[in-house]
Amino acid sequence: MIRLGLRRFLNRVKPRETWDEAKIAGRDERIFVENKKSCPACHKGLDAAELEQTLYVCPFCNHHFRITPWERIRFTVDGGVFQEIAGKVESSNPLAFPDYESKVAEAREKSGMSEAVVTGRCKIENRDVIMAVMAFTFMGGSMGSVVGEKITRAMLEGARQELPVIIYTCSGGARMQEGIFSLMQMAKTSNAAALLEEKGVPLFIVITDPTYGGTTASFTMLGDVILAEPDALIGFAGPRVIEGTIKQKLPEGFQRSEFLLQKGFVDMVVERKDLRRTLAFLIDTHSPNAKGAR
Amino acid sequence: MSSNEHLSKKLGELKSLAEREKLDISEDISRLEAKLKSGKTAPSSAWRRVELARHPSRPGTLDYIERIFDDFVELHGDRCFGDDPAIVGGIAMFGTQPVTVFGHQKGRNMKENMRRNYGLALPEGYRKALRLAKQAEKFGRPIVSFVDTQGAFPGIASEERGISEAIARNLKEFSTLRVPIICFILGEGGSGGALGIAVGDEVYMLENAWYSVITPEGCASILFRDASKAKQAAEVLKMTAPDLLGYDIVDGIIYEPIGGAHTDPDFTASKIKLQIADTLSRLMLKAPQQLVRDRSMRLQKIGVFAEARERRQSFLRRLFGV
Repeated sequence: MIRLGLRRFLNRVKPRETWDEAKIAGRDERIFVENKKSCPACHKGLDAAELEQTLYVCPFCNHHFRITPWERIRFTVDGGVFQEIAGKVESSNPLAFPDYESKVAEAREKSGMSEAVVTGRCKIENRDVIMAVMAFTFMGGSMGSVVGEKITRAMLEGARQELPVIIYTCSGGARMQEGIFSLMQMAKTSNAAALLEEKGVPLFIVITDPTYGGTTASFTMLGDVILAEPDALIGFAGPRVIEGTIKQKLPEGFQRSEFLLQKGFVDMVVERKDLRRTLAFLIDTHSPNAKGAR
Repeated sequence: MSSNEHLSKKLGELKSLAEREKLDISEDISRLEAKLKSGKTAPSSAWRRVELARHPSRPGTLDYIERIFDDFVELHGDRCFGDDPAIVGGIAMFGTQPVTVFGHQKGRNMKENMRRNYGLALPEGYRKALRLAKQAEKFGRPIVSFVDTQGAFPGIASEERGISEAIARNLKEFSTLRVPIICFILGEGGSGGALGIAVGDEVYMLENAWYSVITPEGCASILFRDASKAKQAAEVLKMTAPDLLGYDIVDGIIYEPIGGAHTDPDFTASKIKLQIADTLSRLMLKAPQQLVRDRSMRLQKIGVFAEARERRQSFLRRLFGV
């Protein structure tokens, strides 16, 4: 009896750990569901085909699966209608970094996207907005020149048309292969946020799992309102880097959405099914160029 | 430029400097001449520069402040949490012009390094810099910023107190500050921790400084899964001053004495001082609006990607009307 209990306990804990590692490596959780017919977080029986109806959220433990930008657009935007902006901006290899082109080509094939973010104009519950959605499946959602440019254009388009800007973040950080150019995208996008603010146009951020590095430390933290999906990993330095520096294990729940909520760095943690409604409320209560705006 | 040409150029510079400043560096000059004649010079590799940038006796922010400014009063604290010794700052006199100055400060020995956390700043460091910058804006003082860090401190305290928010806010606020900002990458320019106080109207880099999105070790451990391949990473990241000048990321290179800045801190400081004087004489003439506009334009132009060139320019034109 005790032995069985122990084994069950080990079975419950161990896969969770290995799963977290797989998650950091960016492997698709849905493969887990397909293979094991269970939720990677709580291990209760799950059918991959039914996940679509719950917006890829586990009905038992509320685990939010990572989803692609186009799925997110389908779940969030009226009729899934999305008019893309700057869709033709494509990456080049500014540093002549070895193997960068082939990595980008591979990422294109794997993710079916041209870069790690899609930007465009759409409606949320009949309200016009500019939206940007990042994709972890494209080179870990890393921000290079193209991501920086597209995010910047989205914000400046919002400023020009006086439309609220919504950005769904999901990124491992800066794109190392573009060196200094990727670092500078932090300054560029932050400046765009400043220009947006000058126009009195709101910027809403929805942080999804995971958001790290240069992406967190730029436009992500500059939202007028910052929302986060439950249990998302959010931080500046990655957990392994921090553990390596301080030579100790990180506390449970460190860098999760709820941790940031408690520390005062996100406004609210919102479940996926409530995002549309919450965003609509925010759009209504932040009218651009309202009295009192600069 | 071949290394020999480079060396002859430096030699010329050095001679004229010696004459102008009445310095006795004939020994250095004869040593250089001997080196040049022997032809035993090799181009400085990226890794050699990284080593120089990390040299234990390389001058840091306080060394330069002491040599460049007439008076300096250090101010402390972010008014929120505490005072971060990894970033120092205050008010100084540049000739007759009051300026606000801040920068990363590493320790000069083990004990000081413990206190200053090797120049790895916490959120309160960045918030202190922002507070001083806002103060400078209020009283119309130009800002001089010195960058010398491997990055922001990767620890629990950093994350708890919002290092991402602190850096992000600095990037945004510095980009629209209504006073001139001039930045110098003194030694190491690592990632967001460096950029957090490096948004300015003009950015200069010391000859042997490096500036990139990640440390060579970090890049090597991610890319080659082996931190010991840092030398290789330093090359491919294109992180040296000549690289960044070529990319138009920095506006100029501050040349160091042969052997590195630490061999003659006064010489390097005098070069920085000349650059500050030159830059300020230009920037002080600009109206605040123009300053902010030009700074935005500078940032918005950065990035290399494929798109029909015409379209990109028309986008910038729409934005800035140029």
